[in-house]
Amino acid sequence: MTFKRVAAASVAALMVASPVMADLVFPSLSYRTGPFAAGGIPYADGFADYMTLLNERDGGIGGVAVSTPECETAYNTEKGVECYEATKGEGALAYNPLSTGITYQLIPKATADDIPLYTPGYGRTSAANGNVFSHVFNFPANYWNGASAAINHVLDLNGGDLKGKKIVLLHFNGAYGKEPIPTLTKLGEKHGYDLTTIPIDYPGQEQKAQWLQIRREKPDYVLFWGWGVMNQVAIQEAANIRYPMDQFIGVWWSGAEHDVKPAGEKATGYKAMTFHGVGSDYPVFGDLQKYVVDAGKAAGDGSNVGTVIYNRGVYAAMMLAEAAKNAQEIHGVKDITSAQMRDGLEQLEITNARMAELGMEGFGPEFKVSCANHGGPGAIAIQQWDGAAGKWSLITDFSGSDMDVIQPLIDADSAAYAAENKIDPQCN
Amino acid sequence: MPEQLLFAMEVTLNGLMAGVLYALVALGFVLIFKASGIFNFAQGMLVVFAAMTLVGVQTGQIPFAHLINTIFGTKIHHFGWTVPTILAIIVAGAAMVFVAWIIEKYILQHLIGQPDIILFMATIGMWYFMHGFAPLMWGSEVMKLDVGLAQGINETIDTTTYNWFGYGFFIDNLDIVAAIVAALLVTALVLFSQYTKQGRALRAVADDHSAALSVGISLRFIWVLVWSIAGFVALVAGIMWGSKSGVQISLAEVALKALPVLMLGGFTSIPGAIIGGLIIGVGEQLFEFAIGPLVGGATQAWFAYVLALVFLIFRPQGLFGEKIIERV
Repeated sequence: MTFKRVAAASVAALMVASPVMADLVFPSLSYRTGPFAAGGIPYADGFADYMTLLNERDGGIGGVAVSTPECETAYNTEKGVECYEATKGEGALAYNPLSTGITYQLIPKATADDIPLYTPGYGRTSAANGNVFSHVFNFPANYWNGASAAINHVLDLNGGDLKGKKIVLLHFNGAYGKEPIPTLTKLGEKHGYDLTTIPIDYPGQEQKAQWLQIRREKPDYVLFWGWGVMNQVAIQEAANIRYPMDQFIGVWWSGAEHDVKPAGEKATGYKAMTFHGVGSDYPVFGDLQKYVVDAGKAAGDGSNVGTVIYNRGVYAAMMLAEAAKNAQEIHGVKDITSAQMRDGLEQLEITNARMAELGMEGFGPEFKVSCANHGGPGAIAIQQWDGAAGKWSLITDFSGSDMDVIQPLIDADSAAYAAENKIDPQCN
Repeated sequence: MPEQLLFAMEVTLNGLMAGVLYALVALGFVLIFKASGIFNFAQGMLVVFAAMTLVGVQTGQIPFAHLINTIFGTKIHHFGWTVPTILAIIVAGAAMVFVAWIIEKYILQHLIGQPDIILFMATIGMWYFMHGFAPLMWGSEVMKLDVGLAQGINETIDTTTYNWFGYGFFIDNLDIVAAIVAALLVTALVLFSQYTKQGRALRAVADDHSAALSVGISLRFIWVLVWSIAGFVALVAGIMWGSKSGVQISLAEVALKALPVLMLGGFTSIPGAIIGGLIIGVGEQLFEFAIGPLVGGATQAWFAYVLALVFLIFRPQGLFGEKIIERV
């Protein structure tokens, strides 16, 4: 009897001495079904696999396990909001909604709930202004950075002179596709090129009229903001009219393997912007293979490791994990709250040395987030498709965008949002 | 010749070609509606399933591999062989016959005598079922479809028109193939319905179910037959559309393009589907060419429906549809 009492007291003492650690929860609002599943699956896999790697290799973040409960949105805004409501009670630290439409709906909700949103390379561009959007982070790059990076690349190819050049923006006829128009218009005034915008309605399976127009107008460059089947059809049609592929440049959502493969080798030369590395030639992928895929713990079947969209999921997960680690250090606690996670995001610094420690040296640019700047450096590289080898290669380094043009646009748009929603500046 | 006129001619030709592709999808709707009075909402998913099955068989993909791997912890994906295109098309065609049999046995048979709206609702259910089932069976990745069809600009037309007008017209080789295939398909369907016993039975059922039953025609057999033919037409449409974009679940959206074609051509006429497709194809391309730039472009998505709406006002049964007379 005495022994039992001692044992029970010991267990109780242990329970009191060591606080119970809940998981660090990062809900994954994924879309593995529906018309955009081909892009949604590798992203969700990359996101989940990186967090699994941290659990298996490092014992989580700061010794606390990470969980990524998935909720299927099918890329549908209403379902995405339902997913947010259904999972926020599980102790969600941050959301990566993976849809511009869902992001727009969640910005006021998440801000009110004190939960940060992380929207790398999508969502509301002007959320880069942390002074207004206290709970939204879209580093390291946004669509306006993308538009500027594309023009910078074209400037490089033309010795810095675009006067009289014709540039076409072929874009999805919705909010996402129209995002770069103001930036490209302003840059056109600055550099003297002639901009023509050609919209494509969803889903974009029939683009004959658009490509006949491009064939007639013979633009020097075609920039492309598409998603889903629109991408595959556009690249095929460009090949059909024999448009020079190395003058056809897509945004990062139009530059995955599944976008170019249906066109076969004719897609060779097609370019796309990217804000992270391509391929699996980074040490972190060796660890992912060893600790996650080979161990049978991968979210998918392992076939997507190293593909463009998988890598984007890995990169997003890495950023959130680093921010969580940062939050633990700032607040001196392991079991952080979503408010503390927001602080971790806002004071995040990614250095080349840290990227090397993570096995991701050169995978992305170094940068520092601040209260006013939630958008990061806007550093973007250009990748190019080699159809014969079946792979993308980076053909430029990561370089910044024209903030002289972009910053006033961000300031104007965020100021309008602040006035409409009566938001006081959060940074002093 | 004025440059704008040349461009308009090129746009018109391409519109005709696009119209053929729309008509290929619309044909599947017409066949089923004509024989059974059912508006088959799931026709777009039949296109997806047929094309996925074709690529899956052709590339030696193991059906339900993801499910098998998840349950048993295996890592199987392919059989390790590829199947010749013709054989793969035959297998995919056989699969569509099997699907037709399943639909008749487990859905339609239980709904005989029910109002049309119930049958329509059943096809909506089929759409949702297949929307999940097809990716479960073959995966959600974009599948590259290569059955050896030529794609890209037709050099002969380009050169000839350049010599004539000083401007080479763009016509896609794939569109030319689609036009030939559609012509052959319509001819075969007309010959089948006019000169074969099953074809005459099909027409009898289309005219009057009860009368057909009373002379010994098996309604069940005819339904399996007509859904099989619609499945085969879906396979052809899937090959043409899938060659352009790769095979993926969003191919089902091509059905949206068939609706205005049906409204215009009539739900019960095979030639109507073709003519309707051509009118819609040419109309939307010319409208986009002439008016599109003035209104911000991307007019194709709505123009077809507006055109169909205008036709509906003056001719509700469509150009070639049978006039509906209901006596009270």
